[in-house]
Amino acid sequence: MKNGKLSWKKIKSWNLLLPVVALLLVMAVNIIYDIANGNNPLAFFTITLQQTTGNGTILYGRIIDILNRGSEAAILAIGMTLVVSSSAGTDISVGSVMSLCASFCCMLLAGYGVSSTSTLAVPLAVGVLGGILMGVVCGMFNGTLVAYFKIQPMVATLILFSAARAIGLLLCNDLIVYVRNGSYAFFGGFIGLLPTPLVITAICAVIITLLLKKTALGMFIQSVGINPKASRIAGLNSKRIIFLTYVLCGLFAGIAGIVASSRITSADSNNIGLYLEMDAILAVALGGNSLGGGKFSLAGSIIGAYTIQAITTTLYALGVSAAQAPVFKAVIVVIIVAIQSEPVRNYFKKASLAKKAKEVA
Amino acid sequence: MEDNVVLTARGISMTFPGVKALENVDFTLRKGEIHALMGENGAGKSTLIKCLTGINDFEAGEIRIDGIDGPVKNHSTRDAQNVGISTVYQEVNLCPNLSVAENLFIGREPMTKLHTIDRKSYNKRSQVIMDELGISVDVTQNLENYSLAIQQMVAIARAVDMDCKVLILDEPTSSLDDEEVEKLFVLMRKLRDKGVGIIFVTHFLEQVYSVCDRITVLRDGHFVGEYTVEELPRVKLVAAMMGKDLDDLAEIKKEGAENAINNPIEISAKGLSHTGTVKPFNLDIHKGEVVGVAGLLGSGRSELARAIYGADKANTGTLSVNGKDVKINQPIDAINLGMGMLPDDRKAEGIIADLSVRENIILALQARKGMFKPLSRAKQEELADEYIKLLQVKTPNREALIKQLSGGNQQKVILARWLATNPDFLILDEPTRGIDIGTKSEIQKLIVKLAGEGKSILFISSEISEMLRTCSRMAIMRDGEKVGELDRELTQENVMKAIAGGDTEK
Ligand SMILES: Nc1ncnc2c1ncn2[C@@H]1O[C@H](COP(=O)(O)OP(=O)(O)OP(=O)(O)O)[C@@H](O)[C@H]1O
Ligand SMILES: [Mg+2]
Repeated sequence: MKNGKLSWKKIKSWNLLLPVVALLLVMAVNIIYDIANGNNPLAFFTITLQQTTGNGTILYGRIIDILNRGSEAAILAIGMTLVVSSSAGTDISVGSVMSLCASFCCMLLAGYGVSSTSTLAVPLAVGVLGGILMGVVCGMFNGTLVAYFKIQPMVATLILFSAARAIGLLLCNDLIVYVRNGSYAFFGGFIGLLPTPLVITAICAVIITLLLKKTALGMFIQSVGINPKASRIAGLNSKRIIFLTYVLCGLFAGIAGIVASSRITSADSNNIGLYLEMDAILAVALGGNSLGGGKFSLAGSIIGAYTIQAITTTLYALGVSAAQAPVFKAVIVVIIVAIQSEPVRNYFKKASLAKKAKEVA
Repeated sequence: MEDNVVLTARGISMTFPGVKALENVDFTLRKGEIHALMGENGAGKSTLIKCLTGINDFEAGEIRIDGIDGPVKNHSTRDAQNVGISTVYQEVNLCPNLSVAENLFIGREPMTKLHTIDRKSYNKRSQVIMDELGISVDVTQNLENYSLAIQQMVAIARAVDMDCKVLILDEPTSSLDDEEVEKLFVLMRKLRDKGVGIIFVTHFLEQVYSVCDRITVLRDGHFVGEYTVEELPRVKLVAAMMGKDLDDLAEIKKEGAENAINNPIEISAKGLSHTGTVKPFNLDIHKGEVVGVAGLLGSGRSELARAIYGADKANTGTLSVNGKDVKINQPIDAINLGMGMLPDDRKAEGIIADLSVRENIILALQARKGMFKPLSRAKQEELADEYIKLLQVKTPNREALIKQLSGGNQQKVILARWLATNPDFLILDEPTRGIDIGTKSEIQKLIVKLAGEGKSILFISSEISEMLRTCSRMAIMRDGEKVGELDRELTQENVMKAIAGGDTEK
């Protein structure tokens, strides 16, 4: 009995509880739906092998689809988590920056003013690295405003939120640039059995985790986010650390931009990364991270991002139209975030205490 | 309930994960008495207070308050106010970016007929309140512009200004000078005579004997006893708190300290200043010397130190370390030159609340080594354990979050952070703030020992006797200006005279 209680307590204080529960909930909805429709109850989880036109074999199934489609948001969520932690603010420009990076990359690959090409104007690596570098530059811009000019993160990143997409369009001479070259499609395609975006996400997550854990960066970011004044006295360069998190956030926006653009082998400035900043921010919140900065869990944010994608995919599977999906998504998010909020948690705490008191009496 | 009793707590128990903070504790407060709540760091004083005011949910026991039938269970500070309990918590919890007046009246603003906040009237009333306390502040200025001591006085003023039956003061005097303490005592006695019951927590024993009527002692979350002040002389009080006798405090020996002045100079400031806080000053500190900084509240004691360390970047003057001119733009520059500074405001500038005790201890050392040279986990744990043991930090384990420690234990952790960097020059701004009497003498001994190893120390304290025990020389501050130094006949009387404004220039 005592043992059971203890482990329950441990579970309750587990910081990934919320995102995992949310994900499980979404899965449960899928199972119920499949049962109701007389499908295989585990249809959601079923993964099969499929032959592709190019004579390859890939994994296929709803879960794979979610892991594939949710990758951009997951990559963005990594950077967003760091920004939220260090500066208690959000970078709302990541969606637009994605689009800019995609445009820049495609422009490099196709050459300025060319709207469609099948031969690359520069080596693939130059284009891709150029696109990612553009993300880093955007991150430096945001970071400078936030860390050194002390502008509110929301306001500072509002600038690129509105401008980056337009700059991308300028770079593409107002065209949608198509790069119809098999090599470019790689980043949005499959590598062996697995979707490349998923592999890229995993690589990003592993590298950043190593960086945070094997250097003191993780502790420094949290320290600055929790108490910037005390961190400064203890010898941390708070400004530089905040700056760095924005640069990293820009870098990940760049990577996500390449992935998104590679999927459609083009730079569709108006649509790439549209509203994706919202998903990234939500992913961080769903991951159980406080938007007030400080302690963070990267794993939580990544699970959060895939949960959001799972919700979207589920809604489509349930037959909700793309236009209506956001409404349902909003309702679900409200519920999940409310469960996590202070007043609700206090309410449950009080209620359980009252129950205990009654049992004692 | 007895006639003259205003508050009773019976059998209070409270557990935090891994810590039994209170176990079956009784407390009785009578009308018109000042009741000291005593105990070592982590004994459970603040926890008991937070049970009374509804911040902590205790799991067993009951609280009764005069005039209310049945047990009272508060759920918030506001509930507590409604039943007549007004509180000053250990850590000042006012709003730094609101004005002094707003802080005094927040939550109970006077209204105009149009139901808007009556700013004029509360600014005027605030000024009166602060003037009555003899604190010179501009109440329309933001609170963050004032020192921790003033902030503490504002918190006290706010609590006292509310109509209450019970006034709780948790270490209100921890950063006050004798003069402010005396003002507070006058106020406390006045309230006592009006029939208010006052709970008073302090680690200064002499304060207990100058204002209190009764003493309750806690040890390790247990109730030890309730005594009248006459019954419990100092020695017995200490024994009750510690559960054993204390080695004599006066036993600290400043070996070789007198000769430290002949050692080479470690730090030399010439014409250093920071606009608005401290006027240009010269100061030499020799190797192995402990130099004190004495002055009244707001005289620029901390500011002098902050200008050296780069916490407030100096606007004028030069600084040299070991005879070499240096430029310090921010604290990390100072740290790289072998300096360290323990700031006086533990909550705002010391602790990283959500990080563990281990991380808080190694933070400055890691900052000096740089991001890419992380201390191994084993090394971190070794350091943390070493200092937890050395300073007797009371914590369930090294991974506990620092915010879960008692105030005094948090202070020890921050001190450990600086000791771990093994600095050549260490600035200690109120290092024993909130630390219990037993550990305090240990820390003073430690300071003298560090000096013996050739380290230079700049020691700031509002408790002159503490500096007298450790310092061989004192800089005297007045109105943001260093007005002189004392290096002979360091006595309480001489120092008091000097800081009050006799002729000390030599
Ligand atoms: N929020 C918390 N979470 C976990 N443990 C806590 C928390 N608050 C206090 N404690 C523990 O309860 C014990 C009593 O702490 P308390 O703050 O009451 O001590 P105190 O007597 O006020 O000491 P001090 O003189 O240092 O202020 C300590 O061991 C402390 O670690
Ligand atoms: Mg306390």
